[in-house]
Amino acid sequence: MSQKTFGQALNEALTISMETDENVFIAGEGVGVSIHQDSNMATYDLLKKFGPRRVKDTPVSEAAIAGLAVGASCMGLRPVVEIMFFPFITLASDMLVNHAGKLRYMSGGKSSFPLTVRVKAGVGFGAGSQHSHNLESWIAHSPGLKIVWPSTPEDAKGLLLTAIFDPDPVIVVEDMMLYRMLGEVQTGDIRTPLGKARMVSPGSDCTIVAYGVALYTVMKALNPLSEQGISCEVIDLRSLVPLDKACILDSVRKTGRLVVVHEANRFCGFGAELAAMVAEEAFEALKGPVKRVGAPQIPVPTAPTHEKIFKPGPEDVVLAVRETMKK
Amino acid sequence: MKKNQIVPNLQIRLYKSMILTRKFEEKIVALSQEPDRMPGMQILANGQEAVATGIVSALKPEDVIISNHRSHGHLLARGTDLNSLMAEIMVKDKGVNGGKAGTLHLSVPDVNVLMTSTVVGAGPPLAIGAAFAQQYKRAKGITVVFFGDGAAAEGSVHEAMNLAGVWKLPLLFVCENNCWAGAQRLEEHCATQHIFQRAKGYDMPGQNVDGNDVEAVYNLAVELVEYCRSGKGPALMEALTYRMRGHGEQDRQHYVDLRELAIWKAKCPIRRYRQKLLNDGVLNQAQIKTIDQDAETRVSAAVAFGDESPYPGPETALTDVFVQPPSA
Ligand SMILES: Cc1ncc(C[n+]2csc(CCOP(=O)(O)OP(=O)(O)O)c2C)c(N)n1
Ligand SMILES: [Mg+2]
Repeated sequence: MSQKTFGQALNEALTISMETDENVFIAGEGVGVSIHQDSNMATYDLLKKFGPRRVKDTPVSEAAIAGLAVGASCMGLRPVVEIMFFPFITLASDMLVNHAGKLRYMSGGKSSFPLTVRVKAGVGFGAGSQHSHNLESWIAHSPGLKIVWPSTPEDAKGLLLTAIFDPDPVIVVEDMMLYRMLGEVQTGDIRTPLGKARMVSPGSDCTIVAYGVALYTVMKALNPLSEQGISCEVIDLRSLVPLDKACILDSVRKTGRLVVVHEANRFCGFGAELAAMVAEEAFEALKGPVKRVGAPQIPVPTAPTHEKIFKPGPEDVVLAVRETMKK
Repeated sequence: MKKNQIVPNLQIRLYKSMILTRKFEEKIVALSQEPDRMPGMQILANGQEAVATGIVSALKPEDVIISNHRSHGHLLARGTDLNSLMAEIMVKDKGVNGGKAGTLHLSVPDVNVLMTSTVVGAGPPLAIGAAFAQQYKRAKGITVVFFGDGAAAEGSVHEAMNLAGVWKLPLLFVCENNCWAGAQRLEEHCATQHIFQRAKGYDMPGQNVDGNDVEAVYNLAVELVEYCRSGKGPALMEALTYRMRGHGEQDRQHYVDLRELAIWKAKCPIRRYRQKLLNDGVLNQAQIKTIDQDAETRVSAAVAFGDESPYPGPETALTDVFVQPPSA
């Protein structure tokens, strides 16, 4: 074990994967030489360690970057490509949605696409909606794509390593707000299984599911809630596809209540899937309505005052839990 | 032979426009160093002023501009109101977009800067639509779209150039080649070093110019704008210049060769033009000083205007998504 930042943990995962397997290469805009000279960036110093054959700076060409990953993975390489910010995934989406996610099926299982796409997400750095837009439910909605979203340095490392060696296309979402967060990280090649949620804290009255930085918004709500005598069970989803249905359903069967928290727009957000799943499969256990905490249906604003309205806060979580407890 | 369109009055206008942009952005640099004065990423066009000024000065009011993330020069050269522009960059309520744009998404339709996109390479397809509308309405205006050397690698730019070529749209593509796309040098990210040569493949005229020579930029722009306006179709202009500061204000340029930077700093378009105007007797030192001070005064007034405005209030956070919002 050692103390690492989230970014350093990602960096370690990339390093280990490249040391382990000659077929791993990384590509993207500034993955070799970056405007950021910061050891908390995932690709920091990799060019120096592995050279330009395996660490490829690309032109500003998201479709080509994603296509590179699809084609090279079909040839047996393990590409790890970076799409700089989440909204730019739209430029790569033909390659990911129409190709990475569909070609194996259409080949009748003959082809496979062991590629990883790393993408930076984050609301609250003032750059506005063309740099910040959490599109996880677009990806989750598209068949054939897996998507994970770590919230701790340990999981950043473990999920990225698992993603790289997974036989299928995996999108790894990196919350920029977490890059500098410190945590204990196991040394060596660690693998966090895909599709396994993490029980963060057990409780009896209400289940709260979150992922990424939204988890910490939830954690800030726990004190005020427990002061009001409400005991919450917090689950860090870690992986959206595959989804750990059992973990959520078991918890809801115990607590009878569910609140889902994410920073994406609430409307048609991932929380809707979880709410529907619980309604379909654990309806009899519900003691109150399922509540979703997420962003209003607007683009990510630029002004700090508007960002605050966009981003769910601990008080929104408290309110949602209290509302479902009332019923 | 290219015509020389330059007359002394115009020379003074060109100088004033460039120095205003420089002073405006220098103020942004200073404010970025104070905590919480300038939220978000500040992306400046320091060193590239001659491109914005030279091209925008060659336009008519009915012409439409589509800009990118490095937009301040384009907007200022177009005569955007300084106060509301600065207030918007400070993301304030009295900003030209009500604090909903910030520095990266400015749009000032009042002066026909139709939109800016910070999605690299998005400008050219958007410009197709604007130029098509002009052609469709048989309007007199043309569209000018600014994009970088990095953007030239996006598929969208190629699609737009081809379509403009096929439909003979009144559209001037302006590639501001500042030798960098983030930390990637031109020769690392671009298969050809001469982006203007791509024009051939899309059946349009393509020409390049020293982007740090404001008169050369202006003269070529006049020629190509006239071409586009004549109905013959689109054109591509590449202005070679240099990004004198980092990509954005957080960028410390650790990857930049300092000798190269020094060479380009010596070619600073403003210093160079000031010297020329002095040598040619168009302006004297005292007149230059007055012009520079006037720019500074206007910029300071704009900051004061921005400072007085609050951030936008909660009541506007949810508005402006639709013209006709769906009832809840
Ligand atoms: C589609 C997309 N990909 C990546 C980025 C991140 N990005 C912002 S500016 C930039 C470099 C663009 O270079 P260039 O087009 O030459 O413009 P310059 O910044 O040099 O003015 C990059 C990669 C982006 N904004 N949009
Ligand atoms: Mg550039």
